[in-house]
Amino acid sequence: MALEVGGKNIETDEEGYLENRDEWDIDIAKAIAVAENLEMSDSHWEVVNFLREYYEEYQIAPAVRVLTKAIGKKLGKDKGNSKYLYELFPYGPAKQACKIAGLPKPTGCV
Amino acid sequence: MSQLHTVNKSPLERNTLESAIIHAIKGNALLMIEDGVYGAMQGTHKSAMVSDAMDNISFYVMGPDLKARGIDEARIIEGIKIVDYSGFVALVAEHDVTQSWL
Amino acid sequence: MPETKKFLYVNRKAPYGTIYALEALEVVLIGAAFEQDVSLAFLDDGVYQITKGQDTKGIGMKNFSPTYKALGDYDVNKIYVEQESLDARGLTLDDLLPLTWEDEDDDWAEKDSIKVISAAEMAKIMEQSDVVFSF
Repeated sequence: MALEVGGKNIETDEEGYLENRDEWDIDIAKAIAVAENLEMSDSHWEVVNFLREYYEEYQIAPAVRVLTKAIGKKLGKDKGNSKYLYELFPYGPAKQACKIAGLPKPTGCV
Repeated sequence: MSQLHTVNKSPLERNTLESAIIHAIKGNALLMIEDGVYGAMQGTHKSAMVSDAMDNISFYVMGPDLKARGIDEARIIEGIKIVDYSGFVALVAEHDVTQSWL
Repeated sequence: MPETKKFLYVNRKAPYGTIYALEALEVVLIGAAFEQDVSLAFLDDGVYQITKGQDTKGIGMKNFSPTYKALGDYDVNKIYVEQESLDARGLTLDDLLPLTWEDEDDDWAEKDSIKVISAAEMAKIMEQSDVVFSF
């Protein structure tokens, strides 16, 4: 599969995750969000950026349970719960937000 | 909890057998399979280690793996019991936990 | 709620020469979703998995050592390292990654996950486990 962004073809796997994480930029993120039918708000970007930072530090996309806990700690309890995160990313915060963040599918996502 | 340890590497190539012996508790069983069966032979640099551990551990070796490697039963360290596949299954069933050392 | 079992993952291989270490880490992270009582053991060459300063840029492999630092987030906070294995390799606790976890019940206080123990103590931990996965 591929995604066309600014005239360039970006390779993704069959579920839409980027094949090459290094290709990621904000335009690609926006294109993936469109493909996911998501309108990105600051709250969405906050989660996406958090995931990118988490990956940078730990070389892993966190499982949703871990993501929820970590967000709660960093951004506050009102955001560290599944209701808030699922409202932003209806098909699963770890899956959808990770995809937009250009990360692999979360480990421990069963 | 009674534990069965299985070892499938030659003791002359890896320290798997040695490590399994060190970490086995009195009353545990240790079964040598695949290349692990070389650990059951007399006259190797590791034979004494096995003999010395026999007070604590019951040793078993897989007969079909011995045969495949041309190891005569006469060359097995005294006290090690030779089992077949059903013996292997029985050992697993007799113990609460099996730890497969790699 | 199903009965909680004591799982022990035994790591005995160095990180990059074979796939065992990475596979074990992935199994631990996936298994963590099942909320069992998980412990990790590092002995023999396995202690090399959690040494500081790993940099794999030159060998074209992913450096997965930072991922061990995420174990605390996955509620895996019982990490046993064998003293004899460290000694045999000229290593001390200072050579290892500082693996920690945050105790939610203690105002997120940061606590050490690593416990250095003797081979005899390691044998007891193996004996007390319900399920042992050896890598």
